[in-house]
Amino acid sequence: MTLKQIVEKLNLVILSADKNLEDKVSFGYSSDLLSDVIANSKEKELWITLQIHLNIVAVAKLKELSGIILVNNRKPDEETLKKAEEENIPILSTQDSAFVISGKLYALLDTKK
Amino acid sequence: MICQGNGFIKKFNVQGRNFSHAGIVSTKIKEILEEIGIAPAIIRRAAIASYEAEMNIVMYADHAEVILCLSLSAINITFKDKGQGINNIELAMQEGYSTATDEMREMGFGAGLGLPNIKRNADKLDISSSPGKGTTLDVTFYLNGKK
Ligand SMILES: Nc1ncnc2c1ncn2[C@@H]1O[C@H](COP(=O)(O)OP(=O)(O)OP(=O)(O)O)[C@@H](O)[C@H]1O
Ligand SMILES: [Mg+2]
Repeated sequence: MTLKQIVEKLNLVILSADKNLEDKVSFGYSSDLLSDVIANSKEKELWITLQIHLNIVAVAKLKELSGIILVNNRKPDEETLKKAEEENIPILSTQDSAFVISGKLYALLDTKK
Repeated sequence: MICQGNGFIKKFNVQGRNFSHAGIVSTKIKEILEEIGIAPAIIRRAAIASYEAEMNIVMYADHAEVILCLSLSAINITFKDKGQGINNIELAMQEGYSTATDEMREMGFGAGLGLPNIKRNADKLDISSSPGKGTTLDVTFYLNGKK
């Protein structure tokens, strides 16, 4: 499933890199600890987190993730969005909690894997 | 490791205690390795190790010099910082050990996984430290096989 299809099905709000949604998402990874994401996430996964500062873009880039979902309607810092545009990393937002959005994404991706 | 005479050498400075600049040097290192045409799997490991080392400098040191050295057989990166140093390296290497402050933890640092991530991704890691003075990390990636 592409990131664009996921955005539509889960009603995510696109905050950056809206031209970079065509890639296939491999799976999801939910964590708020950056080193854990670095150690355990895999390429093209969609990262679910409440972190909103600049370093999430660096981590997503480093691990070649397909994008970042910010939970609980969290708004990223302005410099985070600027950096995400520069690096072409899609940042998406949802009102759902991490638990709820993880469940929805899992249900979507697990059947279509 | 001493950089061999005919290798490619590049030096960078990292400013400590400045979270918003974190990742700049590791991104540059990644770009250089891509330009040279190093295998993607090796670049990925070198980039992860560099990022974790850079984050530790940003969190625990005042400033650092980073030396990237490329020879035909290996990539070697040295991170030499001036800062608080590490009292017990064996303890610091353990997964989950962290002295991160509350502020750092709120930002998602402090899992105590940075040094273990470096070790897992590098072919060779040497750490030396003088408490109160600084820490030197010496990380090597072999270009021909291994890992
Ligand atoms: N360059 C350094 N100077 C001084 N102390 C350091 C340095 N690097 C690591 N340490 C010490 O070693 C501990 C473990 O480091 P490590 O990178 O494994 O975890 P962390 O930085 O605390 O958390 P994480 O990397 O998961 O965000 C740190 O909490 C810190 O006390
Ligand atoms: Mg660390």
